[in-house]
Amino acid sequence: METALRATGTEPRSSRHGTAVELVDVHKWYGEFHVLKNINLSVAEGEKIVICGPSGSGKSTLIRCINRLEEHQKGRIVVQGTELTSDLRNIDKIRADVGMVFQSFNLFPHLTVLDNLCLAPTWVKKMPRAEAEKTAMHYLTRVRIPEQALKYPGQLSGGQQQRVAIARSLCMTPRIMLFDEPTSALDPEMIKEVLDVMIELAQSGMTMLCVTHEMGFARSVADRIIFMDRGEIVEQGPPSTFFNNPREERTRTFLSQILNH
Amino acid sequence: MALADETRVPGAPRNSALDWLYRREGRQIIGQVLIVIILGAFLWMVVSNTIYNLQKQNIASGFGFWDNTAGFDISQTLIPYSATSSYGHAFWVGLLNTLLVSVIGIVFATIVGFSVGIARLSNNWLVARLATVYVEVARNVPLLLQLFVWYFAVLKNLPGPRDSIQLPGGSVLNVRGLSLPAPVPQSGAGMVLVAAIVGMVAMIALNVWATRRQRETGQPFGRLLPSLALLLGLPILAAALMGFPFTFDYPVLRGFNFQGGIVVLPEFIALLLGLVFYTGAFIAEIVRSGIQGVSRGQKEAARALGLTSGQMLKLVVIPQAMRIIIPPLTSNYLNLTKNSSLGVAIAYPDLVSVFSGTVLNQTGQAIEVISVTMLVYLTLSLSTSAFMNWFNSRMKLVER
Ligand SMILES: Nc1ncnc2c1ncn2[C@@H]1O[C@H](COP(=O)(O)OP(=O)(O)OP(=O)(O)O)[C@@H](O)[C@H]1O
Ligand SMILES: [Mg+2]
Repeated sequence: METALRATGTEPRSSRHGTAVELVDVHKWYGEFHVLKNINLSVAEGEKIVICGPSGSGKSTLIRCINRLEEHQKGRIVVQGTELTSDLRNIDKIRADVGMVFQSFNLFPHLTVLDNLCLAPTWVKKMPRAEAEKTAMHYLTRVRIPEQALKYPGQLSGGQQQRVAIARSLCMTPRIMLFDEPTSALDPEMIKEVLDVMIELAQSGMTMLCVTHEMGFARSVADRIIFMDRGEIVEQGPPSTFFNNPREERTRTFLSQILNH
Repeated sequence: MALADETRVPGAPRNSALDWLYRREGRQIIGQVLIVIILGAFLWMVVSNTIYNLQKQNIASGFGFWDNTAGFDISQTLIPYSATSSYGHAFWVGLLNTLLVSVIGIVFATIVGFSVGIARLSNNWLVARLATVYVEVARNVPLLLQLFVWYFAVLKNLPGPRDSIQLPGGSVLNVRGLSLPAPVPQSGAGMVLVAAIVGMVAMIALNVWATRRQRETGQPFGRLLPSLALLLGLPILAAALMGFPFTFDYPVLRGFNFQGGIVVLPEFIALLLGLVFYTGAFIAEIVRSGIQGVSRGQKEAARALGLTSGQMLKLVVIPQAMRIIIPPLTSNYLNLTKNSSLGVAIAYPDLVSVFSGTVLNQTGQAIEVISVTMLVYLTLSLSTSAFMNWFNSRMKLVER
């Protein structure tokens, strides 16, 4: 299993060097509403970050700023050495390095699974179709649904769709993966199949930022957990201290709510 | 059996022949039979009454008139026609005029509609605003009034033939319409035609090949220039080799009017402009709502994968928007075709004007003429619908 999982070009890193994502004093407003306040965050290459916090605390907004689905108004965001500015070339460069998986899968319903996976490689990377199909089948095998390649998204279960969505991002061989609550639209029996794929991806050395409330996943995979509330990073730390010795009152309240339900 | 009997509602009729009256299916059948009877009776009354009246006025029935001499002129004829031609011939002239303005109108209304619909969603404030103003004006002014504006206010106010507006290439525009130079083939022109056909076939082959090459190697092939070279360059080259075997019949001023060339009537231009301007606005709204109907998540997924906005529109948004767009688009195509009959108000010789107008007036055979006209519009509508349904079924999403 282990060897089959390794993405081409993403060898597991034992030692971490280099910074994958750097946010310095980032602020964002929706009109009057101050949604991100003074965010400082540095993510090392190969690091796995889990972001949690109450609804509306700005978790989605934060990770969507990293690939410019949202624009920040103040501060600096640097991804793999490229700063996010309004320069379209920088944005394209960063999007090529950053993959994203959404809560609602967002597969293209008019294309087969295979075409979903081949679309960006052929049009953005100008990859020959045959090579794109080969890559696609490689990643479909990694997420364990190669037999679904010719079906349409509407014919798959939620868990299968989310795994296709992960494979679709991986086809662009990103160096960083963003996950926005990838399992919250899924039935309980499908959550595990998606988490298993994410765990394997983590083991392959991918830099990952996941917004999720799956605390079991956070405990076993995360290097660092970030707790957000009202647009701020309230507390962060490795899973052991985060779960066992939270410093802040707000963190404790949140943890008691989420772990006891 | 005994059980079934016991579950009966007390007091319900026991006669099993009448039982079905109390069931849903029975009621539905009775309702439908009644509707058919009433409709049939109404139609019979109308038709028999009309036939009776026509007979009283000594008007013939049947299609005997079809081959009689029409005795009137038509201003725009796509097939040879003169006053000595038959009524049947006049019918075909009118039908072709309707088809001409409808087909050209549908093509241009689609182009205008898609461009304006996309422009309305543009981030460019001015572009979006202009598109909105156009849509609101064109949708909210009655088509008939728009036809009057184009015809009487714009085209009929053009200068007379003596002060014609000279357009590039020897065309002239005046109150009598647009006169274009007509090419007259000389010996050797056949070669140019052959070259043009070869060029077109080669262009299609080139595009098929380029699509396949892009699939195989990923390298896009700049196809615009080579396509143009094949499509235009080849016939031009052939023409040069044959020593330009064409003369042009230029419109020239003789006396009070221009003679020669191809004349596009102001009635045709006005009707075409009106139909395109009006229907284009409706299509723009359909396109806009179709594009907006594609979920935000689809666009975000496309952007996150690194597609440019053009690629996003072409590969993700439009294909999905099409399934929302096609059904109302179909009804707008039908509307345009039917609305072309308003051309009668500005004397465009379409089917209604020529056949249901002049022919009906001269023969008095209302039932035959109106039935034929209705049948034509019905056929046009049904074939358009059939084509669009076929197109729609190809666009449908596969669901579980
Ligand atoms: N486009 C927008 N315009 C205005 N306000 C917005 C917009 N998007 C989000 N918000 C607001 O910003 C805040 C943060 O939203 P965000 O989606 O980042 O929260 P979240 O932490 O991801 O919450 P959840 O757990 O519910 O997904 C919320 O209060 C939300 O109402
Ligand atoms: Mg969220």
